[in-house]
Amino acid sequence: MMSATFTIDGQEVPFTPGQSVMQAALSAGVFIPHLCYHPEFRPHGSCKLCTVKVNGRPATSCTLPAAAGMDVESNTPEILDKRRALLQMLLVEGNHFCPSCEKSGNCKLQALGYELEVFTPHFNQFYPDRPVDASHPDVLLDFNRCILCELCIRASAEVDGKNVFALSGRGITKHLIVNAESGKLADTNFALTDKAAQVCPVGVILEKRVGFAVPIGQRHYDAAPFSAHVAEFKPTPESQGERS
Amino acid sequence: MNAPQTPPKLKVATCSLAGCFGCHMSFLDIDERLLTLLELVEFDRSPITDIKHCGPCDIGIIEGGVCNAENVHVLREFRANCRILIALGACAINGGLPAQRNHLDLRNILEAIYATDTGLASGTQVPNDPELPLTLNQVHPIHEVVKIDYFIPGCPPSGDAIWKFLTDLVAGQTPHLGHGLIHYD
Repeated sequence: MMSATFTIDGQEVPFTPGQSVMQAALSAGVFIPHLCYHPEFRPHGSCKLCTVKVNGRPATSCTLPAAAGMDVESNTPEILDKRRALLQMLLVEGNHFCPSCEKSGNCKLQALGYELEVFTPHFNQFYPDRPVDASHPDVLLDFNRCILCELCIRASAEVDGKNVFALSGRGITKHLIVNAESGKLADTNFALTDKAAQVCPVGVILEKRVGFAVPIGQRHYDAAPFSAHVAEFKPTPESQGERS
Repeated sequence: MNAPQTPPKLKVATCSLAGCFGCHMSFLDIDERLLTLLELVEFDRSPITDIKHCGPCDIGIIEGGVCNAENVHVLREFRANCRILIALGACAINGGLPAQRNHLDLRNILEAIYATDTGLASGTQVPNDPELPLTLNQVHPIHEVVKIDYFIPGCPPSGDAIWKFLTDLVAGQTPHLGHGLIHYD
C-alpha cells in the first residue's frame, strides 16, 4: 500500500519505504536531472546534478531516502542555476566537442545542457591532455569526455564480474583507468557485450564502426528532451536493493 | 501633428575569427527573413558590407575563437565598439574544431605542416613574415579574452535558432532556445 507521500515543488509524490527521493520522483513521472544515477545500479551521488532542497537544505535526491511529509524543491531558479554551474564545470574540465563526437544526440551530458539551456561553459577551459585508447578491436575509449560517474566501474564489477575499470588519482587529477598492466583495454577480458559497454552516459566507451550511423533527427534525444524520457529511468528490482 | 517616427535602426557588426564562416552561412539561412531584419538593423563591419573596421554598434556578433594575435585585436575592437557582444557558434563558445590542436605543441605542428611533412618542396620552412599575425599557443573561446553578453551554441546554430535569438533580443526579451533550437553540434 502506498499511503506515504512527500511533495516536490508542491506536487504530491507517493513512495514505498526504502525508495530514494529520485526513485519516487521518477516512478511518479517527475523528472529530476541526473548523470551518475542509473536505474539498475545503486546510487553513487557523485555528479550532484540531482541536487534538490529538502526542507530548505541541499541534498542529492538519488541518495536521500524518501520520508513522509518532506518538502522538496527541484525546479526552482536557484536550484536550476546551481545545476547549470555544475554542468558548466563538467564541460570545461574535459574536452567536450560535440560536433565531432559520435555520442552527440545520445549523450546525457549534452541533453541535460539543452534541458537546462546551458548556452556557454562560462568558466575557462582546462583543455586537458587525455590520449584515447583504441587498442581494443571492438571498442574505443575516449577519456576526453569522462565525467567520473563510475557507471562503467559499477557495471563491470557488479554485473560483468570483471573489474575492468577504476578511478585513479585524487582531486583534479582523478581519472578513469583500465585494469591491465599495460593500461590498455585490449589487454583485459572486456567485451562489447559487457554491461559496462552499455552504460556510459557520455562518449567515452564507444562501439567501433557504428559512429554517426544514425542521422541527425533520429538520435535518442532529437525528438524529445531528456525530461520527456523519464519512463526510461524508473527504478528496477536491482535498484530497489536486490543487487548488492 | 508629426508623422510617427520610425525607430532608428540598430547597428550590427559581424566577423569570423578562428571559424569557418559556417555560422555566417547559417545566418544567411534565415533566408527571406533577412529582408525583415534589414528593416530593423543596418550592418557595420561584416562580410556582407566588407567594411574593414567596426564603428560604434548596438550588437556585435563573433564567430570563431581566437587562434592568433589578430583575432585578439579584432575581438577587442568589437568589444570596445559594441554595446552587446554575442558569441555565435561552437568555436566562439569553447574553441571548437581549431581547439583540437590545444594538446599538441605549436612548434611541432607548424614544423610538421610546413617543414618536415612529406610532399613539400625542398627548403620549405615555417612562414615567419612579420606581416603574419602570431599564432597563439592555444586556441581559446572568446569569453576568455573579453566579456561576452550572449552565446548562441551550435555547429553551426541553425538559421531558425539565430533568428529566434536575435528577434528575442531586439524585442527586449531574454533570448530562449527551446528543444530542437539549442544544439551543441
